[in-house]
Amino acid sequence: MNMLTSLMLLPLIGALLISALPTTKSLLAKQMTLGTTLLVAIGVIVMAIRFDTSKTDLQFVETHSWIPTFGINYSVGVDGIALVLIILSALLAPIVVLAGWNESSGGRWSAKTFYILVLVLETMIIGVFSANDLFLFYVFFEAMLIPVYFLIGGYGTGQRNAAAVKFLIYSLLGGLLMLASIIALYVLSGEQSGHTFNINTLSQLQMSSTTQNLLFLGFFIAFAIKAPLWPLHTWLPDAAQSATPGTSVLLLGILDKVGTFGMIRYCLTLFPEASKTFTPLILVLAVISIIYGAFLAIGQKDLKRLIAFTSISHFGFITMGIFAMTSQGHSGATLYMFNHGFSTAALFIVGGWMMSRRGSSKISDFGGLQRVTPVMAWSFFIAGMSSLALPGLSSFVSEFLVLVGTYTRYPVAAIIGTFGIVLAALYILIPVQRALHGPTMPGNEALSDLNLREKIAIAPVIAIIIALGFYPSPLLNIINPASTHTITQAGFTDPLAQIDPKAGK
Amino acid sequence: MTSNSLVYLIALPLFGAAVLLLSGRRSDRWGHIFGTLMSAGSFAVGVSLFLKMLGNPTGERALTQKLFSWISVGSFQVDAGLLADQLSICFVLLITGVGTLIHVYSIAYMSHDLDRRRFFAYLNFFIAAMLLLVLGDSYLNLYVGWEGVGLASYLLIGFWNQKPTYATAAKKAFVANRVGDMGLSLAIMIAFATLGTVSFQGVKEHASQASTGSLTAIGIMLLVAATGKSAQFPLQAWLGDAMAGPTPVSALIHAATMVTAGVYLITRSNFIFDLAPTAQLAVAIIGAITLLFGAIIGMAKDDIKKALAASTMSQIGYMVLGAGLGPAGYAFAIMHLLTHGFFKAGMFLGAGSVMHGMNDEVNMRRYGGLRKFMPITFATFGLGYLAIIGVPPFAGFYSKDKIIEVAFNAGGVKGIALGTAALLGAMITAFYMTRVVILTFAGSKRWDDKAHPHESPFLMWAPMVLLALGSVASGFFFTHGNSLRNWLAPVVEATPSHEGELLSPAVVSILALVLVAIGVGYAIIKYLLNEVPQVAPADVTVFTKAARKDLLQDNFNEAVFMRPGQSLTRGLQVADTKLIDGAVHGIARLAIGSGNLLRKTQTGFVRSYAMWILAGAIALVATIWVVTL
Repeated sequence: MNMLTSLMLLPLIGALLISALPTTKSLLAKQMTLGTTLLVAIGVIVMAIRFDTSKTDLQFVETHSWIPTFGINYSVGVDGIALVLIILSALLAPIVVLAGWNESSGGRWSAKTFYILVLVLETMIIGVFSANDLFLFYVFFEAMLIPVYFLIGGYGTGQRNAAAVKFLIYSLLGGLLMLASIIALYVLSGEQSGHTFNINTLSQLQMSSTTQNLLFLGFFIAFAIKAPLWPLHTWLPDAAQSATPGTSVLLLGILDKVGTFGMIRYCLTLFPEASKTFTPLILVLAVISIIYGAFLAIGQKDLKRLIAFTSISHFGFITMGIFAMTSQGHSGATLYMFNHGFSTAALFIVGGWMMSRRGSSKISDFGGLQRVTPVMAWSFFIAGMSSLALPGLSSFVSEFLVLVGTYTRYPVAAIIGTFGIVLAALYILIPVQRALHGPTMPGNEALSDLNLREKIAIAPVIAIIIALGFYPSPLLNIINPASTHTITQAGFTDPLAQIDPKAGK
Repeated sequence: MTSNSLVYLIALPLFGAAVLLLSGRRSDRWGHIFGTLMSAGSFAVGVSLFLKMLGNPTGERALTQKLFSWISVGSFQVDAGLLADQLSICFVLLITGVGTLIHVYSIAYMSHDLDRRRFFAYLNFFIAAMLLLVLGDSYLNLYVGWEGVGLASYLLIGFWNQKPTYATAAKKAFVANRVGDMGLSLAIMIAFATLGTVSFQGVKEHASQASTGSLTAIGIMLLVAATGKSAQFPLQAWLGDAMAGPTPVSALIHAATMVTAGVYLITRSNFIFDLAPTAQLAVAIIGAITLLFGAIIGMAKDDIKKALAASTMSQIGYMVLGAGLGPAGYAFAIMHLLTHGFFKAGMFLGAGSVMHGMNDEVNMRRYGGLRKFMPITFATFGLGYLAIIGVPPFAGFYSKDKIIEVAFNAGGVKGIALGTAALLGAMITAFYMTRVVILTFAGSKRWDDKAHPHESPFLMWAPMVLLALGSVASGFFFTHGNSLRNWLAPVVEATPSHEGELLSPAVVSILALVLVAIGVGYAIIKYLLNEVPQVAPADVTVFTKAARKDLLQDNFNEAVFMRPGQSLTRGLQVADTKLIDGAVHGIARLAIGSGNLLRKTQTGFVRSYAMWILAGAIALVATIWVVTL
């Protein structure tokens, strides 16, 4: 059987087995989830090794007719961009499970249900990144909402219902617009080549520019809600504040990437002309997101909301890189998605431990943690450094690639975006100072430092953040051919340097 | 030539930092020794590389090592590569040499601190980052070291961050540095867009083909970077606060090495600045402003470390001025950087020694007459003092006078203005440094009986003595037979412009000495022949008041950046909840129309939402079916 399909089935099988367990066996459910996600991770690594980086077309392709009446196929396959995002998801899943070992206990339902939801979600995530049929993509895209909705509404804290509903309504609204576009494409395909949802065929369709623009917007708005772009972002801080840290990692670290991934795979591929038309507007929104998200993050008093707003700033960078239409911008944006997944995961995971120990997510309730819980404090600090893209850590490589790739075509956007690096120093160092430095706040003297399980969970995250900072080539080698291919397909080439290296003076 | 041992320079201290940080309390007992050995090992590698370079003919001295391809996307190709040429090796020896001495000093200085091991871990990390800064073979590699030393500086300024003001000082330094880093970031982007490469070699080869506009832009952005890291006007405000760090840190990072990185950057980029006269002039002007700015602040400071910090700012101003004078000045900028590395590090260690003996008191008005109690500290500090004010034959005489001379000879109004500023600076320097020495070591005692001043232990004074030797001899050594200038020539292509010499070296020296004598004399009258009050007098001129407050640099930043920024943050927060989210809620209400329906959907029963999703999915299939009929 095809690797992608097996990897999708694996979590589902795990979920089925767990559902057969009695509710009381929550420890076994956890262990089985951890085991399943680890198996998936190993499988994905094997797939990454077998991936041929010299090819630009999709690999691990599998196609079966699904609903022939409508020309719907079960068709999967990955290019470098999708593969990197699947690697990200598969690596983060076991870490999330291990880090949030007790996360499921305060929920509306049993721990068992929590882990079934997580596993089902993992299947859908792999599906959404590997779908090669627009209908299949849409099914995964919408179905993903269900487990996330239950994870927030059922296991979150505070105003979890309101937050879950807000998330759902936003997403459904975007999904609806995309659905309209999908149907239109389907109809067009029927007129031109026979009904299909095959993405390659759809990308060959002839459309008037008005049609293309409208359909583009349907997709783009859906994606701009998912990877929230200003001003469609307000659901994210609420969701992050209410969700458990583990859910937040899945949501901000992985699921939101579907939005930026969709911009590359669907907006650019299906509507290259419209993408060009809207690029100026989108760049403006991206730059606003970078600066706006950063300012909002600086002003946050709640740790979870703060991390959410930093992500809005980061998604601005990713979107900017995508629409800069240069190979550096594209590879940088894809690498950024991966790195942001890990740095946000680190922030939420360690932040989550801090908050569960302290019983509060208010930053002002912490203080002096470096003295009391040095390992936890250091982990948080490194996560923060990664978020502000310190050179030597992975996020620097991607952020700089995005900036330099943007500069060669849109210097003004890049220059404004660069201001984000100063603001990033503020939104990280302010909470670092309040939470880790200063005298130990009363009530924090007895907080316990990380235990062995927690250390095992965070160590690989930090190791990856550092290793990829110095040696990003393994990922860049996977990403580069796909980025170049996407840009060429969209009709772009990298701007040349101003000087002609051959000409002498 | 390629060399496989360059990487060990960085790897040894980096390994030291990793071991000390990861082993935790287990290495408390031997951590400081281990850290010192790693730094010394790096120094040994540096010396052996230097000897190897000396043995090679002039044109083949530069050593390179390519480790691996770091970032490669399209035409953006950056290797993890190292380059030790005549310029870098000077820094390597300074960083590892002075660095190792300061490690030794810290063994004693930090012996009572619970976290000494962590301190040594940070010091090792700093050495590694600083070496990467000067050894990287491209702007992007330099950038990694550049922010790495910023991080080390942040960690060390905030070493005692339990104290909120120290934690704030650390944050301030990092943020100010990041403003500079933004400049470096942009410089690299412009360089890539213009020249298609970011390696030093590539930029050097192609710079002449680029437009002056682009080169000026790169140059100005590099200057922004330098002002942040080297505490130059207008990004200098963080340096005074940075004195919150333990004194060995002030000596190593905030005097001898890291803060001079801006001078390295400008000198390294000589191939850009020499083709962008506007940017070069801007460098010289910033240097001249800062050398006066720092000197004026230095006159009013009662905190010994802050007085020395102001002095550092001013002395780096001299170096930046020198580097801004182009090929005639690069070598002297570097020479002053090296001599300053000796005498200022020595004086900072001396200040630390004084504090060590005085219960960590830093207010010089509470010192007085300490020379009897701390003879070695007094002697070594005194030699550093003679060096910085430029008394022949001490080190500063050679390096500073040369910069003044080159400034005067830069031609026209520019030369006269820059030269005068540099000369005035020399007089003020003489005044405030004499003030420091008198307040601390001369006069009558002004401390209370709780203090028991005593000489510091051997591990502390030995490094001070070695640095004092440098303060005495390095200037002569570097100037003798133009040794440093000839050594650096292949990198900075020194072409002395002797045409139209305004002032001869002798005239400059005499002028400078006269002004220095005036400065010293005035300080003697004011502080030695008159009683020094224990509390700073309040009835002083507006200028003194301004100088005490760092010439209002913090007030300016607060009024122009901080408070508007805070208001903007608050404003955006309100806008986010009221306007954007408010609009969303409004639309939601409008769309659903009936409040009744809204309530129904918000029952909180997840099952009903699941039903909605299912209904949506069915609707999707149904629509497609209808459309395809």
